[in-house]
Amino acid sequence: MDSNDPGQRVPMLEIKDLKKSYSEPGGGTLMILDIPHFRMDYGEQVVLRGESGGGKTTLLHVISGLVAADSGSIRLEGVELQGFSEAKRDRVRASKMGYVFQTFNLLPAFSALENVRLAMTFAGKKMDTARAEELLRRVGLHDRKDYLPSQLSVGQQQRVSVARALANRPKLLLADEPTANVDPANQDRIVELIQQTCEEEKVALLLVTHSDVVSKRFGRVEQLRAINRAAALTASGGEPEAGSGSRGREGLGAGNTSASGAVS
Amino acid sequence: MNLFSIALRNLSYRRLASFLTALSMALGVALVVLVLTISGVIEKSLERTSNVGYNLIIGAKGSPLQLVFNTVFFLSKPVENIPYSYYMEYLPEDGRQKELARVGGVLKEPERAGLYSFLMRGGFAIPLCMGDYVDEFRCIATTPAYFELLKHGDANDQEYRFAVGRNFVDFSEENGYFEAVVGAEVARQMGLRIGDEVNASHGAESGDEHAQGFRVVGILEPTGTPNDRGAFVNIEGFYLLEGHVAPDRDEESGLEKANTAQGPARESRLSRTRLPIEKREVTAILLKPSGFAAIGLEKQVNKTKFAQAVSPIAQIEGLLGVFVRPLRWALLGLTSLVCIVSAISILVSIYNSMNERKKDIAVMRALGASRDHITAIILLESLLIATVGGVVGWLVGHALGPLSNPWTMPATGVRIDWFSFNSSWEPWIIPGLILVGTLAGVIPAIAAYRTPVARSL
Repeated sequence: MDSNDPGQRVPMLEIKDLKKSYSEPGGGTLMILDIPHFRMDYGEQVVLRGESGGGKTTLLHVISGLVAADSGSIRLEGVELQGFSEAKRDRVRASKMGYVFQTFNLLPAFSALENVRLAMTFAGKKMDTARAEELLRRVGLHDRKDYLPSQLSVGQQQRVSVARALANRPKLLLADEPTANVDPANQDRIVELIQQTCEEEKVALLLVTHSDVVSKRFGRVEQLRAINRAAALTASGGEPEAGSGSRGREGLGAGNTSASGAVS
Repeated sequence: MNLFSIALRNLSYRRLASFLTALSMALGVALVVLVLTISGVIEKSLERTSNVGYNLIIGAKGSPLQLVFNTVFFLSKPVENIPYSYYMEYLPEDGRQKELARVGGVLKEPERAGLYSFLMRGGFAIPLCMGDYVDEFRCIATTPAYFELLKHGDANDQEYRFAVGRNFVDFSEENGYFEAVVGAEVARQMGLRIGDEVNASHGAESGDEHAQGFRVVGILEPTGTPNDRGAFVNIEGFYLLEGHVAPDRDEESGLEKANTAQGPARESRLSRTRLPIEKREVTAILLKPSGFAAIGLEKQVNKTKFAQAVSPIAQIEGLLGVFVRPLRWALLGLTSLVCIVSAISILVSIYNSMNERKKDIAVMRALGASRDHITAIILLESLLIATVGGVVGWLVGHALGPLSNPWTMPATGVRIDWFSFNSSWEPWIIPGLILVGTLAGVIPAIAAYRTPVARSL
């Protein structure tokens, strides 16, 4: 993995003392994220696990800049994003990050190819139709490039969304439960495709899931509870740990499960 | 792909809603264009038609507007007649002598003859007799001077020309006093050709036809004036028709006595006997006084109890100011309301779509679109609907004008051209549409701008 490359002094992504809270309807605030430290290296593939409502999606939103953090630091390739204006965060997201959603979220009015090219539009880069077609070819959908999302199967739609997320040659691909809506037979193939293309494109991958099958494929598995103090607090109300079985399997599948997986 | 093609694609994805809102915009603009075109054309034609080449109309005392309607536009009910001798008041000495010699008879009020001739130097006077119809068209009995001295056109510099044939003459060996010239529209609708005979019917459209016909010797080229819808006959022949003899007037009381004199009906076409002056009446006299004498002449004539003098331009201007222009503003207000309703329908259509598109917007944001991108896309959608719909409506409005000619022409005598582009307001249509489209798009665009991305994903 690139993370072991001694030449890479600056991590691709580094989060320090990141805090995000929401105000509650009855007054008061609910702390969602309180992450002392988290880092990813160039090309690294990390799976993030946690309870629903634990702040996984919020973390992805904060990293991508869709939501601003309250305090702390997010550095992408050494550049501090915290404190950037929304417009600046939009530009960083467009050019440096790709996003794959749980529900695919292809735009229904646009063909597969156009969905991929759409991402290029917002990055303000020159339209690279050849790359868009190449990406579709890589996800095995070149022959369906002119199909509308409604004409594609669920698995095909998710493959298009993977191609779309990679359109602007991002440094980091954020995947929010990308297999949640895919039948089990296809889950593995989708994740394999995401991992493989990320590797080929040298894109770091942060994938959120609660699937054991998916987690098994990753070398580095992070428990949100472990890196996020806020999640640990809310979870401490009752259940001590997540399903013991899953933890054990994680332990088997990955060498690095510690909360401080982001050791420098 | 750019923002424009994204907006276009969004519209085509919701094509039924887009089409319907664009259609409502098109209808609104078409209505505005139609109203403005028709009222503009009517106004222009009224003004142009009032630019008739004469300054005053002399007629019987009564409604000045009715006299103008009758004489200039061949509309409204025929007005009362005045004695032929009034016509003689405007002729100079030598003209009167010539007229007496030509027509024969005696002047009833010789002391009034030539009364106003000193104001007529360099001008002319043309007598008209109206009240008969040829088919559905007005029959205008006049002298050949009508087409010799009058002109038409915007600058009143175009002479009346004949598509075929010639002007009628006072007397011809061939047709005697019974020659006619018809307007282009009359010839077209009645299918008239040179040599055909037209019969004037007495008094009303459904009145009995006179047995004596007039031979068509000329067909006018279209002029865009009410003359296109007139059948012009020689006044000399007209006087020889049955019932066209002036009733004797009691000089003291001014009351009409029963008319016992039988007109020289059924006389041979080539008879040289004319109706004598004292038995003649005219409906109107067209006057072009010398220089600036028109205003003074108008006042002098109107002071008398005999007749009225009316300036057609002043009457038509008054009509425009009192009736046509306010009506246009009212119609314009109504049609503008239609446009506002269309704009609101654009707003509602796009705004309603915002709910189902919240997720799409959030996805675009996640793909890196800024709030400005999203706002621009929504505004472009609104602009596209407004301008495309509006431009279609503009063209349709222009097409409807000429297409409505078969209905508006008979009523107004006005032909609407295909490209009657009005430079005073038409250049504002596109900027207006852009404004309307922007205004209609603002509220949905603000909603799009505010779409909470994190919660909509």
